Amino acid sequence: MAKLPKYILLLVVVLLPFAIDALLGRGWVRIVDFAMLYIMLALGLNIVVGYAGLLDLGYIAFFAVGAYCYALTGSPHLALAFPQLFPDGLHLSFLVVLPMAALLAGGMGVILGAPTLRLRGDYLAIVTLGFGEIIRIFMNNLNAPVNLTNGPQGISRIDPINIAGMSLNATQKIFGIALPSVHLYFYLFLTFAALVVFVSHRLERSRIGRAWMAIREDEVAASAMGINTRNLKLLAFAMGAAFGGVSGTLFAGFQGFVSPESFSLMESIMVLCMVVLGGMGHIYGVILGGLLLALMPEMLRHSVVPMQQALFGRIIIDPESLRMLLFGTALIAVMLYRPAGLWPSPVRRRELLTDEME
Amino acid sequence: MSLLELSGIGKRFGGLKALTDVSLHIDQGEIYGLIGPNGAGKTTLFNVITGLYQPDSGEFHFNGKSYRTVKPHVLASCGIARTFQNIRLFANLTALENVMIGRHVRTHAGVIGSLLNSRATRLEERACREKAGELLRQVGMTKPHQTLAKNLSYGEQRRLEIARALASEPLLLALDEPAAGMNATETENLKALLENIRKSGVTVLLIEHDVKLIMGLCDRVAVLDYGCKIAEGVPDLVRKDSAVIAAYLGTDDE
Repeated sequence: MAKLPKYILLLVVVLLPFAIDALLGRGWVRIVDFAMLYIMLALGLNIVVGYAGLLDLGYIAFFAVGAYCYALTGSPHLALAFPQLFPDGLHLSFLVVLPMAALLAGGMGVILGAPTLRLRGDYLAIVTLGFGEIIRIFMNNLNAPVNLTNGPQGISRIDPINIAGMSLNATQKIFGIALPSVHLYFYLFLTFAALVVFVSHRLERSRIGRAWMAIREDEVAASAMGINTRNLKLLAFAMGAAFGGVSGTLFAGFQGFVSPESFSLMESIMVLCMVVLGGMGHIYGVILGGLLLALMPEMLRHSVVPMQQALFGRIIIDPESLRMLLFGTALIAVMLYRPAGLWPSPVRRRELLTDEME
Repeated sequence: MSLLELSGIGKRFGGLKALTDVSLHIDQGEIYGLIGPNGAGKTTLFNVITGLYQPDSGEFHFNGKSYRTVKPHVLASCGIARTFQNIRLFANLTALENVMIGRHVRTHAGVIGSLLNSRATRLEERACREKAGELLRQVGMTKPHQTLAKNLSYGEQRRLEIARALASEPLLLALDEPAAGMNATETENLKALLENIRKSGVTVLLIEHDVKLIMGLCDRVAVLDYGCKIAEGVPDLVRKDSAVIAAYLGTDDE
């Protein structure tokens, strides 16, 4: 491919929020912002599941760790827990919290990974599922004896993300162009998503990536090839978790509020579905999966309700139930007709083709 | 000089004594054969040598160093490479990638190097790719190197496994029944390949059922039966050994 289409693609992406704003309204820019967060999550999970082949059903826990990390250190909340120490709460800058959250989440990844090194497949899935729930239940109950997480009410009034003295929660003028808050967040998330794509892309074609794939294909053979399976599995957990932590931090700053219900098992499964549906181990496939699954509920909400009202004058099926129905059907269809995902990696696609020829 | 020296190796699985007091040494540059009836403990011994199993007793010296508890990946970096009885390739990766993974212990790029794609990393990657292609040609891979491992024919998969093992530049190449399921021509090719490997200075440990191949190829042979070594020596003498004949054919007084 020539260089030109790449620049055009970049231009399209940069102009995207303006186009969406003009055509669909500002609410949709916000929805796309959330979709970007999901894409980041899916790409992080792709390292664990797609490359190293470690089925992780509690991935959202790392998202939660990142989100609460910023929620605690970037809001007045700590004043409730430690009034003497932090009379106004702790208000650390987003740029300070971000690496902290990535490290903390990465550390949690190692903590989850270490005891599960001997487990594979279904057994690993069960343990990671348990881990995800433990984190959520902790967040739910750590409001006593010391009110650390404010329990089910969650933490609100989180500082908006502030970069170089510029709050992203207000319209800012850059080069004479007025950028509303959602646009600013879009560009911030785009930067981070691009970073995650870059890291995934480089690792995929490296010695480390090959070692991960070797572990995915056959762990015994991998270790016989001199691959230290323990370290590399922990590395995969840590890297995936760190990406989860980063997107959690962004989420907390963007939404300004976190509560345990954002980190339920359903969310973990959703992120896993983005990876599987899109094409496990293939960066662009995973992006597609993330985009589709994150946008689908909103599209339904905006199409099904008016449609039913126009046709029947009332709402017969609520979009939420329809979403699960469609989602389940789509998943079954994909597994039946495109088992490698909607957009599998070129190698996988070739393999499926050769399978059909035989 | 002996490259590998085992003394008094014992291994039990619950009540089953898989190996009892096995001692042997493999010299630099030879092809050493390991034979025995089914269930004699050949593969168990093999797994002990390659670090997959930890022996319950005995000593293990390789290349002048003593090892107590070893992990397979440590032994691989020390110079023992292996193939598997039931082929264990990385099925969904290409032939070339399989061999490149075999070079894992001879390459060094870490996360940072890979992310920055530094000059050193790029050079290493290119050298690794070239070496892998060379090895594939050396073992006689005729299919495109981008073919997925699982789409190769059985004989090619066997050869790919050998190429992958050779990629780590081993001192000792341990082959677990490489001729299993091969036809006469393929076995001949394999024999020529093993001769070449020996000429390049790699010591070979060979487990095989094909007695003709073993007798024609090996410098020395050890025979295992019920987890004990019952004979060792040059093929012609081992073939005439009464204990070996008894183990394979049974004795009159049974």
